[in-house]
Amino acid sequence: MITAEFDYQRVSSVADAVAALQAGGEDAKLLAGGHSLVPLMKLRLAAPSRLIDISGVPGLAGIERDGAQWRIGALTPHARLAASDVGLLNRVAATIADPQVRNRGTIGGSLAHGDPASDLPAAVLALDGSVVAHGPDGERTIAASAFFSDYMETALAPDEMLCEVRVPAMDGYGFGYEKFHRRAEDWAVVAVAAAVKVLDGACVDVRVALTNMASTPLRAGAVEAALRGQPATAEAVAAAAQRAAEGTDPPADLDADADYKCHLARVLCERALVAALAPA
Amino acid sequence: MSGSVTVHLTVNGVEHELEVEPRRLLVHALRDDLGLTGTHVGCDTSNCGACTVHLNGDAVKSCTILAVQAEGSAVTTIEGLGGEGNLHPLQEAFWNDHGLQCGYCTPGMIMASAALLAENAHPSEAEVRHALDGNLCRCTGYHNIVKAVLSAAEAGAGAPVAS
Amino acid sequence: MSATAEPHVGRPLRRKEDPRLITGRARYVDDISLPGTLWAAFVRSPEAHASIVSIDTSAATARPGIHAVLTGEDMADLAGPLPMAWAPPGVEVNNPPHWPLARGSVKHVGDPVAVVLGEDRYAVVDAAEDVIVAYEPLPVAIDPEQAIAGAPYVHPELGTNQVHSWTLAGGDLEAGFAAADVTIQRRVINHRIAGAPIEPRGVLADYRAGALTLHTSTQVPHFVRLFVALLLGLSEEKVRVIAPEVGGGFGAKLQVYGEEIVACWASRALGRPVKWIETRSENMSVTHQGRDQIATVRMGATRDGQITAYHVKILADLGAYNMLLTPLIPSLGAFVMGGCYKIGAVTTEITGVFTNKCPTDAIRGAGRPEATHMIEVMMDQMARELGIDRLDLRRRNFIPKEDFPAAVATGVIYDSGDYVASLDKLLEHVDVDAFRAEQAQLREQGIYRGIGFSTYTEICGLAPSRITGPAGVGVGAGLWESAMVRVHNTGAVTVYTGTSPHGQGLETAFAQIVADRLGVDPSVVEVIHGDTGTGPEGRGTYGSRSLANGGEAVAKATDKVVAKAAKIVAAELEAAPEDIEVSGGKFSVKGSPEKGMTLAEVAGIAYIGAVPEGMEPGLEETTFNDPENFVFPFGAHACIVDVDTATGKVNVVRYVAVDDCGNPVNPLLIAGQVHGGIAYGIGQALYEHVVYDDDGQLVTGSFVNYALPTAAELPNFELDHTITPSPSNSMGVKGVGEAGTIAATPAVTNAVIDALAPLGVDYINMPLTPMRVWRTIQEAQAR
Ligand SMILES: Cc1cc2nc3c(=O)[nH]c(=O)nc-3n(C[C@H](O)[C@H](O)[C@H](O)COP(=O)(O)OP(=O)(O)OC[C@H]3O[C@@H](n4cnc5c(N)ncnc54)[C@H](O)[C@@H]3O)c2cc1C
Ligand code: FES
Ligand code: FES
Repeated sequence: MITAEFDYQRVSSVADAVAALQAGGEDAKLLAGGHSLVPLMKLRLAAPSRLIDISGVPGLAGIERDGAQWRIGALTPHARLAASDVGLLNRVAATIADPQVRNRGTIGGSLAHGDPASDLPAAVLALDGSVVAHGPDGERTIAASAFFSDYMETALAPDEMLCEVRVPAMDGYGFGYEKFHRRAEDWAVVAVAAAVKVLDGACVDVRVALTNMASTPLRAGAVEAALRGQPATAEAVAAAAQRAAEGTDPPADLDADADYKCHLARVLCERALVAALAPA
Repeated sequence: MSGSVTVHLTVNGVEHELEVEPRRLLVHALRDDLGLTGTHVGCDTSNCGACTVHLNGDAVKSCTILAVQAEGSAVTTIEGLGGEGNLHPLQEAFWNDHGLQCGYCTPGMIMASAALLAENAHPSEAEVRHALDGNLCRCTGYHNIVKAVLSAAEAGAGAPVAS
Repeated sequence: MSATAEPHVGRPLRRKEDPRLITGRARYVDDISLPGTLWAAFVRSPEAHASIVSIDTSAATARPGIHAVLTGEDMADLAGPLPMAWAPPGVEVNNPPHWPLARGSVKHVGDPVAVVLGEDRYAVVDAAEDVIVAYEPLPVAIDPEQAIAGAPYVHPELGTNQVHSWTLAGGDLEAGFAAADVTIQRRVINHRIAGAPIEPRGVLADYRAGALTLHTSTQVPHFVRLFVALLLGLSEEKVRVIAPEVGGGFGAKLQVYGEEIVACWASRALGRPVKWIETRSENMSVTHQGRDQIATVRMGATRDGQITAYHVKILADLGAYNMLLTPLIPSLGAFVMGGCYKIGAVTTEITGVFTNKCPTDAIRGAGRPEATHMIEVMMDQMARELGIDRLDLRRRNFIPKEDFPAAVATGVIYDSGDYVASLDKLLEHVDVDAFRAEQAQLREQGIYRGIGFSTYTEICGLAPSRITGPAGVGVGAGLWESAMVRVHNTGAVTVYTGTSPHGQGLETAFAQIVADRLGVDPSVVEVIHGDTGTGPEGRGTYGSRSLANGGEAVAKATDKVVAKAAKIVAAELEAAPEDIEVSGGKFSVKGSPEKGMTLAEVAGIAYIGAVPEGMEPGLEETTFNDPENFVFPFGAHACIVDVDTATGKVNVVRYVAVDDCGNPVNPLLIAGQVHGGIAYGIGQALYEHVVYDDDGQLVTGSFVNYALPTAAELPNFELDHTITPSPSNSMGVKGVGEAGTIAATPAVTNAVIDALAPLGVDYINMPLTPMRVWRTIQEAQAR
């Protein structure tokens, strides 16, 4: 209920944040919406010695269309994303927790936290998105496919700050996100994100990613390969979805053992693909 | 480590300057430092919503926000929504429709509902149910809470509909 | 003062208690602060079973602002362990000591080992982390069926894990089964759940100048006072226990908890008020839980659908200790084991077993939801076996209306009932034929919809002391209830009740009862409760007793006031007291309503002292009501569910409930109780489950995974009622606080089985989680 003690510092620029991270040592943590970090700290499952509050850094909460891509500021709260036109991510963001959490949690925090049960990581992965990080050596762009390295671990260096998320605009794609959870406010037991482009009745591009099926979000490569180039039919989708659990390694938990999760992945994959194929 | 930090909050329209430990939760600043005990704590995992207040107009869980994070913000609590003699339509509706029993979840429910109606003045039953999915009630089975929100909406509790 | 001729009883008055609650001005324990308060934080066992090798409190004590760190040894002067108040005549109950702070060993995760007391709410939590406890882990007993079979033992000194065994038998069971053409048997599980009121527990103890005031979030302030006084060696009048606003209880606050004793002890020792507010994580691991029964249930019937015998063998997992009523709870179900059916032979055998888990005790329904679940799922199973319609089978066995008051095989006398009427009423709302057509159609589209019924009765209004008390079932207390009605000089009224409501709206309901009898408006009737420092001795709130027992006491005390007032009025108006009636807000002579006195006028005379000769001045009366019988609410519920067979997820589509709780006092409050009760039952059936792993670690330690349903998971509930007054009290009322919970789980379960029947599923145990439902379908398909 009560966090351990820590030092607190508010920063107003990305450069200050990075400098503070460097000065703060191993135990310093950025604080964005605080809706992953503070709950952990309250249960004393995390006890950073210093929090660097980036929530007041200007210019990082916004969504902008830039040619063929969307640029989403790291501090954009889920609620804003849910109300936006960003394909797939809008419907994914709307499934996160409850309105109060969506008002506070940010996309940057969600990705940086690296929790495979979070919703946005798989979605950004499905879209072949990328993140822009700032560190002492300046800016670098990290592809989503290289970003999630392990359970609650990412490619971000301890002194790097995630500033922006970029995803392709995916014009002409259909989207589906099927999240299976016991209650509306719960985390996903398993979820499947899909984006499909159909041309002349054929699935010319298929992107599918899985939430909570391994220690990181995963692309369902076997499904994508099986459906790509196939006719956009229920049969083709059903057949492809059968391969959704290939290459996964889902951890068992209270609500689901590995077997059941694999089964859910197949069921949800089919539903997500069907949704993606449904006329908008 | 830590020491104390000065925080400026405008709570229910009144400005406050507080000296708090960085780890002080907003809910404790409101309850223990400012004596606004209408905001409750029902869990330690951000699930129950009993602590819901408005932060710059948005419904938030004040148990999951550090007081320092609210620096410079405007906070509205149940006490600021309306009091005896000038009840907010939602308070009136909760009373009329028996939307509460033990009352512990009620301030959070009302604040979450107020945020919903500010955004969506005429929600459907399903929209109300989903908008309240971050608030737990153990007494009412939600039936009368949902009814109260719908009747408050009917009575014009939400933002005026843009025409 | 306004008074209408129309009675207030029966009207849906909005609640008197709400203005403070909707404005945030109510005061729960944590809202109360006293100068100089010390905060308490408990150090709790991470082990399910271990001996305590050492406790090092030095680092914690050395922290700034920490006043003391106490262990079980420090509290060696307690007069005894925590109470267990059930001594059934002729039954042996193993009852090892249960100390507020562990002595020598810990028996479940969360068992308190030490308490830190200090100036600051946050700093005591830091200090608690600094208390170093060395544990030597001991083998754990987790599975109740293994635990009853032998070692390891939760309490090794007992040489067994058995708590007790208790049987209630009526009728000739052997003959009943011999007369049966068909006998079926099922293993029926009522899994462990948490009470989970949204307000966790909290205490604020203030010992000053030889007297102790304890604010505690409890349903039973008087019991708490008694045991605080006994354990601390204080004279009872020096202890005042106040239950301020209480944020829900559901049985979880019907208890005398160690933290209450510790806070009082520490306040006395340190000379400062002491406050402890439970966290939700603590609540999930140490606040008593409920249900947790594995039952072998056998039912025999003739081919034409007469139930001839019913035999239930329950293994009740009681957790690590006996608390106030722990081993009694399953027995409460035994009294209504046969449900609303006329069954000649009913036997319930209960064995209690210790495990290294949180103790169980009363949780909403306490024993009766388990019993109702068993009989109602078995009725469906039997109907299927016999090829008789489920509702027909019920009708063939209903205790007929003419039989009431009806003595049943379990030895109790059901007060009143009309089970056919409530089922008929239900079917006015639920068209079963239309449903079957719809169901068939939906199945063709791959949607598995099912309907389930539950026709229930329960026993509540606890309780006639002669039945439940020491000479009866063995509860170590009379369970009567008190009320005091005080008319003030101006005719305003204060009612003191010994019940201790926490959300049920009794301030309103009791005011309605009093207002009618005294000819005043409910707005001038204040109801005071939950404070041992005011009003008479009381017994608290549980077992749906507040209205049938506490409300009856209020009615009787008011009637005494009326009788005295009538004498005063009779003297003033020169009439006979028996000719005085209350009507139109006045005490007047029958037949001449124009001449009359208001209550204010009567009170004026009573307090000026101009009363008739031989009469004491004043207008105030007290009653202790000990009911003659329990009350037996009943009803018929229907639940319609959709099962997503691909994922196993169950969605409640529709829920219709017809309940009969006798004469209604306030329909608004009744509906609220039924709504909440149904949600509680649906929660248990579909979402909630307290889970311990094989090592005794609590898996569901917070609201993240102890899944209370939210508004988004539940439908609106459709309610209706029948009215069959109870002869057990003068108002004809019955309890309704638990009815919804008691009825709901079998309705949901039967609905799921009905939905899945075409897939070969014939039975499933709760909780009906998606994985379990999905797996059950897989298994059925594989058969
Ligand atoms: C009750 C509840 C339910 C939830 N349910 C869901 C759910 O269903 N699905 C879901 O996806 N999420 C869920 N969440 C998590 C929520 O979405 C979080 O808000 C989000 O995961 C983290 O965002 P944040 O801004 O709050 O991050 P914070 O908590 O502030 O930070 C999280 C981590 O990321 C780091 N970090 C934050 N921002 C940056 C940055 N810009 N650069 C580098 N590092 C950074 C922090 O140092 C920290 O380690 C839930 C949270 C709660 C409280
Ligand atoms: S107390 Fe804030 S969500 Fe429960
Ligand atoms: S009214 Fe008691 S928790 Fe909602």
